[in-house]
Amino acid sequence: MAAGPHEQHKLSDPDNDVRHLHDSKVENPVLRWIDQRMPVISMIQLEYGSFPTPRNFNYFWNFGALAMVTLAIMIATGVILSMQYTANTHLAFDSVERIMRDVNYGWLLRYAHSNGASMFFIVTYIHMWRTLYYGSYKSPRELLWMLGVVLFILMMATAFMGYVLPWGQMSFWGATVITNLFSALPLIGEHIVTWLWGGFSVDNPTLNRFFSLHFLLPFLIVGVTFLHVVALHITGSNNPLGIEPKTKKDTIPFHPYYTVKDSVGIVVYFIVFAILVFFMPNYLGHPDNYIPANPLVTPAHIVPEWYFLPFYAILRAVPDKLGGVALMGGALVILFFLPWLDGSPVRSMRFRPIAKWLFLLWTVNFFVLGWVGGKPAEQPYILIAQIGTAYYFAYFLVLLPLLAKFEKPLPLPESIASAVLKRRGGGPLPAGATAKPMEKA
Amino acid sequence: MRRPMFNLIPTLKAAAVAAALALAPAALDTGARAAEGGPGSGHDVIRIPDTKFTFDGIFGTFDRASVQRGFQVYKEVCSACHSLRQLSYRHLTGIGLTPSQVAAISSQFQVQDGPNDNGEMFERPARPSDRFRRPFANDAAARAANNGALPPDLSVMVKAREGGADYMHALLVGYEEPPPGVTVMEGMHYNKYFPGHQIAMAPPLNTDGQVTYADGTTATVDQMATDIASFLAWAAEPELEQRRAMGVRMIVFLTILGGLVYAVKRKIWSNLHGE
Amino acid sequence: MADVLANLPKTSPSGPGPGHVDPAHGEGPVRRDFLKLAAGSFAAVGTVVMAWPFIHSMNPSQDVLALASTEVDLTPIAEGQAVTVMWRGKPVFVRRRTPQEIQEARSVPVSELRDPATDQSRVKAGKEQWLVVLGVCTHLGCVPLGQKPTDARGDYGGWFCPCHGSHYDTAGRIRRGPAPTNLAIPDYSFTSDTRIRVG
Repeated sequence: MAAGPHEQHKLSDPDNDVRHLHDSKVENPVLRWIDQRMPVISMIQLEYGSFPTPRNFNYFWNFGALAMVTLAIMIATGVILSMQYTANTHLAFDSVERIMRDVNYGWLLRYAHSNGASMFFIVTYIHMWRTLYYGSYKSPRELLWMLGVVLFILMMATAFMGYVLPWGQMSFWGATVITNLFSALPLIGEHIVTWLWGGFSVDNPTLNRFFSLHFLLPFLIVGVTFLHVVALHITGSNNPLGIEPKTKKDTIPFHPYYTVKDSVGIVVYFIVFAILVFFMPNYLGHPDNYIPANPLVTPAHIVPEWYFLPFYAILRAVPDKLGGVALMGGALVILFFLPWLDGSPVRSMRFRPIAKWLFLLWTVNFFVLGWVGGKPAEQPYILIAQIGTAYYFAYFLVLLPLLAKFEKPLPLPESIASAVLKRRGGGPLPAGATAKPMEKA
Repeated sequence: MRRPMFNLIPTLKAAAVAAALALAPAALDTGARAAEGGPGSGHDVIRIPDTKFTFDGIFGTFDRASVQRGFQVYKEVCSACHSLRQLSYRHLTGIGLTPSQVAAISSQFQVQDGPNDNGEMFERPARPSDRFRRPFANDAAARAANNGALPPDLSVMVKAREGGADYMHALLVGYEEPPPGVTVMEGMHYNKYFPGHQIAMAPPLNTDGQVTYADGTTATVDQMATDIASFLAWAAEPELEQRRAMGVRMIVFLTILGGLVYAVKRKIWSNLHGE
Repeated sequence: MADVLANLPKTSPSGPGPGHVDPAHGEGPVRRDFLKLAAGSFAAVGTVVMAWPFIHSMNPSQDVLALASTEVDLTPIAEGQAVTVMWRGKPVFVRRRTPQEIQEARSVPVSELRDPATDQSRVKAGKEQWLVVLGVCTHLGCVPLGQKPTDARGDYGGWFCPCHGSHYDTAGRIRRGPAPTNLAIPDYSFTSDTRIRVG
């Protein structure tokens, strides 16, 4: 604007303009033109091509990619299903049956979507288990972990609302029970529940908003997943040894090593997925959800989908309404504080002789909670749920902080490369130093 | 450096395989299943006997003749009270009937249509595109005609009950005199496989030869129960055969692909082993 | 993902990259390329095959296809009148033509028409008074006027499309205006003298 003629000339000089363009290394001229202006290709190349990745991942490190693949499948099948589904209490059940019978390959899309939800939780639970076992949540990856917990909670909300849509008995009563959790809040609880329902019971307005939100939330999940990956690529991945890479020998480029390894995992995963969809599509579901919703009759034994069972058990462990809801919420919220509750400098449980066993016990305990969550609310299941709940929290709040102080870790290997080569039967390793705090990355 | 006390990963792998093996028979077993009684039934576990169906197992397919006989039983017995609202007559091509046979069947039924130019509803013979005729205009009418009990829709009944087709068969042959000490309420019937044992439905199949099968099969109660269970299994999962056939192809394909990708992975990773 | 990345330019190997070929695995690259190609093509074929259910699910479903026929009772239609029935979500015009209208339609030289067709080819033999056409203008899909006695029937006594001014004659042929072709004739047949089935 106020620039003199000389400066104007300078601004329009292509040689100077080039400074503002991305210095692209792409050879194809068209792609290069794009990449100079919007360096997505360089970015992919950097983050998924040459990205230096610890060389010692085991197959547990596949599950992030598997979760991403599942998210893609869920969105693809979900968008197509939404074209055929009708969110109305009078029509929802029949519209789902129409998808199953009359829409071309409708049964495939619907079974892939409903079983995909289960597969998503299987994958995510294993992904989280790996994070806990190998201490991936510890500094500097706290935010990465917290974003993961946000993703998990978003997934739970999405899955819950998706289960309501077929408007079967379990849909209806699941929605009723879960929305009623909010009535435990003092003073405002009842108002919140009425607001959630858009009426005085779970009814058409509820179904409509659940459909809308069930469509929206997956895209939030995509957004948070992006942030999750951004955070991952700042700190780099953890690895089974839990020590940071020090030299180039400790890392390999992501491509082709981990792209091909992830591909192996994806194909195996698809086989499991296919067995579920094609041969036992209703195995993980509940027969009652093939009975159309009836607001006058509650099923004799109402249970949530299997992936909610451990948390459902925690809810029912306390005879107090607000207490149960608070504990269930707490079981999720506590995960956000995990990086600070576990003060041990050693990440991988491989080198934590006591914590490893207590964590494996925690894992068994989580399965036990899931098992009692599916049982009727009576003795001895209530007692088992109470013990399980106590251990769930004690592990995070008591055992991990104490272990940080008193546990004597095993010696850590010198480097990733030396540990890998030793496992292959290479030469003798330098004597392991005594355990030392993990290096600051 | 000392190795960790035991190597966790192989242990977990073994555990996963063991769990899968333990799970698989439970999932694929169409055999005896236990249905838990409701709260009032004191948790007595009812064993549902296994019925041999051609669609059992992974590769099973429907026995067309049996399913067609089952449709006849539905048409002549069940349809007096039970609707099959998710099905249209045209769907019957799925049990091996030709379009003209389906048209002949549908034209036997009167369905309501309208309003006509005078604003009145009228009855006309059903077309293949029409849904199965419902025995009652609405649920209230159904209850009024059945002592207050609502005969449930049978479209997805096999998927809506623990035990599926085995349970359907068992229920239909499970009527008997109540054991001593058990009083059956007014209007109810004793059935050893029904949760709680007291069912409002009167025994629907009670005499051999109740239905005269066109193909000459002897219509024993057990035969009729098997046929209707097969028909209802088809009605609930008409995609079953296509689904399983596609699944087999899918898994064969993925296994080959998996082998190839794994070979590529081995090759690529072999670079690292030379150091 | 792997397929996309396979095409990316290789970066300088940081650490032992793909550029390193161990002498012990001398024939590695050739075999690997073949394997890669095979695995890649398999994956590509699989992806394409799995796309089909998604695409096909958006084609007309079985219940939609089953509704493809409509029956029309012709008895209430007086000479010179017409009725409109729904078929596949679209209007079908059924008109009982007067002898004069038939005469008009037959006297036009076919060579003068934009979309040449004889009147005989647009009706069933022996049932010349009955004209059955899809009531959808072949220009951009509006419903032409001319069914009600009070409607404008255009300059040729058939139908007139108010959207962009197409005139159709008493055989449903385009005579003037932007529409390129005659009104389409659905598949129909006489099930009796007084009933037709469309579709």
